[in-house]
Amino acid sequence: MTQMFDQIFVIAKHWLLGYVPAVAQPLASAILSVVPVLIAFPLLFAITTVLERKGLGRIQNRYGPNRTGPAGFFQPIADGIKSLTKEDIVPLSADHIVHFLAPVLIVVAAFMAYAVLPIGRNMVILNLNAGVLFFFAIGSVVELSVFMAGWSSRSKYSLLGAMRAIAQMISYEVPLVLATVVVIMQAGSLSTVTIVERQAGYTGIWPHWYLFTPWGIVGFVLFMIAATAESNRSPFDLPEGESEIIAGYYIEYSGFKFALFFLGEYLGMFATSGMAITLFLGGWSAPLSVFTFVPSWIWFFAKLLVLIGGFIWIRGTLPRLRMDQLMNFAWEFILPMSLLNMLIAGVWHFMAPGVVRWLVCSAIIATPCILLSAGLRKKKRLMVRTYEFAE
Amino acid sequence: MIGNGILKGLTETARNFFGSYVGKDRLTTVQYPEERVPQIEAARNFPFLVFDGSDPNAGLRCVACQICEKECPPKCIFITKSADKKPDAVGKQQFYPAVFDIDISVCMSCQICVEVCPFDAIKMDVEYDLPTDDRFAGLLFKKDRLAKSNEYYHEIHPTEASAVDAALAAERAATAAKAKAAAEAAQAKAAAAAAAPAPEPQPVGGEKR
Amino acid sequence: MTVSFLILAVITVGGTAAAMGLRNAVHCVLALTVGFAGVAALYLQLGAQFVGFTQIMVYVGAVAILAVFAIMMTHNPGLVERTVVSKHWLAGSVVAAAVFAVLASAIGRSAATLQQHSPQPVVTVQQIGDSLMHQYVLPLEIMGLLLTAALIGAVVIAMDRKEETK
Repeated sequence: MTQMFDQIFVIAKHWLLGYVPAVAQPLASAILSVVPVLIAFPLLFAITTVLERKGLGRIQNRYGPNRTGPAGFFQPIADGIKSLTKEDIVPLSADHIVHFLAPVLIVVAAFMAYAVLPIGRNMVILNLNAGVLFFFAIGSVVELSVFMAGWSSRSKYSLLGAMRAIAQMISYEVPLVLATVVVIMQAGSLSTVTIVERQAGYTGIWPHWYLFTPWGIVGFVLFMIAATAESNRSPFDLPEGESEIIAGYYIEYSGFKFALFFLGEYLGMFATSGMAITLFLGGWSAPLSVFTFVPSWIWFFAKLLVLIGGFIWIRGTLPRLRMDQLMNFAWEFILPMSLLNMLIAGVWHFMAPGVVRWLVCSAIIATPCILLSAGLRKKKRLMVRTYEFAE
Repeated sequence: MIGNGILKGLTETARNFFGSYVGKDRLTTVQYPEERVPQIEAARNFPFLVFDGSDPNAGLRCVACQICEKECPPKCIFITKSADKKPDAVGKQQFYPAVFDIDISVCMSCQICVEVCPFDAIKMDVEYDLPTDDRFAGLLFKKDRLAKSNEYYHEIHPTEASAVDAALAAERAATAAKAKAAAEAAQAKAAAAAAAPAPEPQPVGGEKR
Repeated sequence: MTVSFLILAVITVGGTAAAMGLRNAVHCVLALTVGFAGVAALYLQLGAQFVGFTQIMVYVGAVAILAVFAIMMTHNPGLVERTVVSKHWLAGSVVAAAVFAVLASAIGRSAATLQQHSPQPVVTVQQIGDSLMHQYVLPLEIMGLLLTAALIGAVVIAMDRKEETK
């Protein structure tokens, strides 16, 4: 029975495929795999916008939206209608083709990243051998679309915003990939399905998640920091901060294209959260072995909701980082930490299981972390301001 | 950023989040229009005309002296004096305003009209929920809309209304006492002139005006 | 010569031809990116997953961004976009035809076209990693050295200006 609930989507898909003639079966299979993702994640996007506004409201001691629908949960419908019916203004000197293609590209890239996430047992659209690599390759297409958006608007603010956004995304892509490399080293495969299956075992009631190792904890934290920066989310949302640069690279976008950018950003957030779940939190496996009766895809979405809640919590707490603080943080702190993380993953692999290797690995990573952060804090000294071009 | 600051911040926001569901005094939002913030007694928005009794036309205190029209800084009061007279609260014949319009799109709620009115006829209302879809006619309040009863005035400004009523009553009592005394003196003088037609100036007090 | 190969070939050649032929520099870079993506798709069609995705990650994600940054930093908005066809088009096309003839004859006579029915080797990422660590470790280390030198050079160039303004 629980097995049936667990595999209910797979069973439904095969049942529907039975009605399709054999010639069209590969195409129908692809469509049937893709359509649920195309429905589920935009729905999750709608729910997340409401949850975020209400969550941020409660954090800031106020109600969120509570007029449209029960407790405000029809707000995304209202937002959708608003963005669809807004006038689509394109600047006269803008590059119309590129201006149009940029939001399309970001949404397409964001959707393509879901192809390798295992949402449940036997529920992955594409079981690629190099699944993780595919994910990061698609992620790097997003930067190109950011540039296209910023350049085509032919506006100084959007160009500046695009430059800063690309610089930020490139800087944080390196720690993102390095944090992933640790998991790949340990799992021995680039395929996301294999990585999840490696974590799906239990010793006693405790799962084999990579989170419960020193390099897993550090890697997870680094991955989440880099993921927050990759999706331009607070506290790394300077490129789109309204009080700094008035929405940065999507200043000149209005109406539906703006909604597409918003959608693309949130979908990117979900995709990197999904990858974090796959790599560190055991994908679709239950946290304790007593809970395996709950379907696997429910666990995936539960973990995803927890991570989204974490994102919202961080957004409500931390102030925005300035551009130079952001870049310093990436190159001077996060990158060395991720390299050290790789070191302790290797040490972990070659030591015997037990408390000793926990202590050794924690010491190896904690000491430089404390020293580095203390050193970086002391380094900040105020310099005399010089104006390079104003003589 | 070693964790002391961020973790402390995160616990603070978490406490805010969960506290907002539990604690009553955390959320200070007033859910307009279901809930309203109660106004203080001295709140004021736009003027209204006071009438005593139940008939707006008969009990209207305004006698169309047009002082408020002259004193109004943005000149938003438009008064047309009537041709005939009607009895006021004490029975004296007074003019009344045939037309009394206030343009509330111009009115700046300065209360000068209230301050200068010698008859306590115009006072400040507190109603702010005045939306309309007509920018011109909808914002020109006419006499029938402006005239509100004294009971209403007691409701919105209790202490002020009581003070005005007391002052008016005292004034009327003083006027009535003077009239009675004048009538008595005149009666006494007439009686004395009738009884002893001697041209002696009788020391009568205070009636000579 | 399957349909998918034809489509991808058209996309690749079209993208790169547009990269040469368009007037606006940014349009050229974007068309070149389409060409890169086409090449990556061709790799994937041949079954080389690792190379295909690395092509996307490196070329589309990094090289295209680099070209884009170069254009953004150095773009002169007052530059008149000249005509695409240069004066020496005859000499250019003769040279291009000669190079094409040499390459075509070399490829046509090479081992790749002679053995058309060899079984497709399944190269996993593990095999690539193994060969990088055993057989090709020296080129790997030299590449690492070169990249480190490039990184240090970039830092030095960027730092020099800051030193001057102090």
